[in-house]
Amino acid sequence: MKRKEFRLSGSGGQGLITAGIILAEAALFDGLNAVQSQSYGPEARGGASKAEVIISEEEIDFPKVTDCDVLLSLTKLSCDKYISGLRAGGILIIDESIEKPERDDIITYSLPILKTAVTTLNKPMVANIIALGIINQITKIVSKESLEKAVLSRVPKGTEELNIKALKEGFILAR
Amino acid sequence: MTIKLMQGNEACVEGALRAGMRFYAGYPITPSTEIAEIASVELPKYGGKFIQMEDEISGMAAAIGASLTGIKSMTATSGPGFSLKQENLGFAIIGEIPCVVVNVQRGGPSTGLPTAPSQGDIMQARWGTHGDHSIIALYPNSVREIYDTTIRAFNLAEKYRTPVILLLDEIIGHMREKIEIPDDSEIEIINRKKPTCSPKEYKAYKVKDGDMVPEMAPFGSGYRFHVTGLVHGETGFPAGSDKSESLLNRLIRKIEDNVDDICTYDEYMLEDADTAIVSFGCTSRSAIAAIKNLRKEGYKIGMFRPITIWPSPEKKLIELSKKVNRIVVVEMNAGQYFLEVDRIAGKNTQVEKYGRLNGEIITPDEIISVIKEGHNA
Amino acid sequence: MPSNIVKKYYRSNTLPHIWCHGCGNGIVTRCIVKAIDALGLDKNDVCVVSGIGCSSRASGYLDFNTLHTTHGRALAFATGVKLANPKLHVIVITGDGDSSAIGGNHLIHACRRNIDITTIVFNNNIYGMTGGQYSPTTPTGEKGTTAPYGNIDPNFDLCSLAKAAGASYVARGTAYGAVQLQKLIENGLKNKGFSFIEAITACPTYYGRKNKKGSVVNMMELVRDSAVVNNAWEKLSDEQKQGKFIVGEFYNEPRPEYTEQYDKIIAQYRKEGGL
Repeated sequence: MKRKEFRLSGSGGQGLITAGIILAEAALFDGLNAVQSQSYGPEARGGASKAEVIISEEEIDFPKVTDCDVLLSLTKLSCDKYISGLRAGGILIIDESIEKPERDDIITYSLPILKTAVTTLNKPMVANIIALGIINQITKIVSKESLEKAVLSRVPKGTEELNIKALKEGFILAR
Repeated sequence: MTIKLMQGNEACVEGALRAGMRFYAGYPITPSTEIAEIASVELPKYGGKFIQMEDEISGMAAAIGASLTGIKSMTATSGPGFSLKQENLGFAIIGEIPCVVVNVQRGGPSTGLPTAPSQGDIMQARWGTHGDHSIIALYPNSVREIYDTTIRAFNLAEKYRTPVILLLDEIIGHMREKIEIPDDSEIEIINRKKPTCSPKEYKAYKVKDGDMVPEMAPFGSGYRFHVTGLVHGETGFPAGSDKSESLLNRLIRKIEDNVDDICTYDEYMLEDADTAIVSFGCTSRSAIAAIKNLRKEGYKIGMFRPITIWPSPEKKLIELSKKVNRIVVVEMNAGQYFLEVDRIAGKNTQVEKYGRLNGEIITPDEIISVIKEGHNA
Repeated sequence: MPSNIVKKYYRSNTLPHIWCHGCGNGIVTRCIVKAIDALGLDKNDVCVVSGIGCSSRASGYLDFNTLHTTHGRALAFATGVKLANPKLHVIVITGDGDSSAIGGNHLIHACRRNIDITTIVFNNNIYGMTGGQYSPTTPTGEKGTTAPYGNIDPNFDLCSLAKAAGASYVARGTAYGAVQLQKLIENGLKNKGFSFIEAITACPTYYGRKNKKGSVVNMMELVRDSAVVNNAWEKLSDEQKQGKFIVGEFYNEPRPEYTEQYDKIIAQYRKEGGL
């Protein structure tokens, strides 16, 4: 597998960095190389936040994402900000609350990520894990087993069951 | 061997603990803060101590004080804090007190770009504190190398009784990647030499014949001695200017005469190269990606990467300068290490610089076009 | 012939000291040493840390683990020493400028932490080492080489500062009242926490000459006459208090000590088999 670049964006506090870490760790469990990085502004909450993950069978030299293959956006602000950094032919995954951007050179999935977190799972903070399930269902970048293992290793104790449920909701949404 | 996904700043603490760090003093500053946070969690588990001091100056001072009791200590900071560390960094140099000072660089001068990467502290690492001195500064380029290099920083500090600076890039410090934690058999740990003579015979700054590093007794061990920032003789007590030359020369020579032991570097695809990139830290990773692509197009290009950035790997750079007809120093600053490479290699070959100051990493594409432009000319 | 105290605790090879004729620093230093002797502390377990200035040269003359640091930073270094090895009796020798100007931040935070360090400030109301510039304790209106027209800065009351910042033992003595000063230092050393002792001392060479305080003897008499014991102070009128200061113990209230608190964290979180 050649180098694949993911950019997970939204607002600060949505757990996107955790999602990035989980995706990178799952890749490691699959024997792949992974680099996860983030950029952040001075605000701890709000603003536009992003986590980036590079996954590759080869050594990852350049550690930053430039034009990504997959862009996740949970807020309009982050979608507007990062849409131009999605390469032609790339995959855009957005929350259904966001208006589809006018680009016909990409594949867009508009899904009820935030709503599912609130209504089905009763926990808005698991939107990040639902999104991970969606990303993997669409891209098949890592194995389901590794992704589950990585979720379990990185989420707070006592929330394991909830997060695995969220991951599965993500799989279902993307089917 | 354990494989983990680890952040660079975390790898720094893990490496330090593996090297035997049992004391950390510091002050919160972006982008180095994770080092303090993780140290505060981990040190008590090892019976070690963490203290958040009132400022950067005292963080450096407390680390030195702790080291004098025989404990391995570290402090970490970023740009503005590194400026404040310089005062007592000089004290550790003249007092010959081992410690590790980590600088996760950010854009400067002053508050600059607090969350953005920069490689702008190369010269401050070398000449930041006043007066003549030599310094050891190490510069890793991956999470795994941060782990190994932090251990090495402690080893060199202990071996040469000197502060060692670890320069990290914000990008490597904050990113997570695969790290294989080495087994004990793969790791060498060096501890400072302790005196073999009796307390009565002990002279804190006397060196044995053929050696340049004095033995170091911990405070509280029965060897009562004096440590001062003033020029001193072998007893450690203040001395006049007649002792200055011999003291400072020894402090410089104990490092400069051991360059072969201290300097580590990486040579990448240089065997048949006519063009060399000199680069370090995150920039060297862009350079490797660029070289892989340029090689596909037939360019004979490689990279020399100093891992020990100070003292300079002078012999190696001279060797390189006689082999290639072009050296491009690529660094995220206005051309700091370029000055050193040009000084060493400039008489033998063409030395150019490429840098930037906007807090964005230099990309492989940029390097490719710089190499191609010069090549056509 | 040197006294037994000098023989036992001073490094004779580093003497004579650099202090001027009539300077009180030698007396204050001797009070520290006599307090250590009276308490029977092992020399190997005593660490004396000093900063920069006339007072801070004392560390070099004393036969303990001694650390002569950078300007203002003695307490910061001492904090590292003490936390790393709490069994050491750590004593900081500092001056008025060293402790309250350039080192003021370290002073208030060492007080706040209540780390078990005994600090003795040699307060001579001036920067002596650099030649007589006004310090944070130079009284308003007095002169220094950088206050040629009279000092307009209000001066610090160091004991009030230390108490407010959280020191658990605070006292003031003088170079004239050596017996009392020794006792105050002894009590400071006995306190398991941060102890702050201000020792009023005279600088005839700079402070005295700049402010026309007369001879060495006159200056020592002035110190004697300006010092008022705690209980006598209240009986003085405001007018009588002018130019005078209280001596004695101001505060002695033990509270949790920093290194002991840290050791509790270690006891709770140390890993099985951790080093």
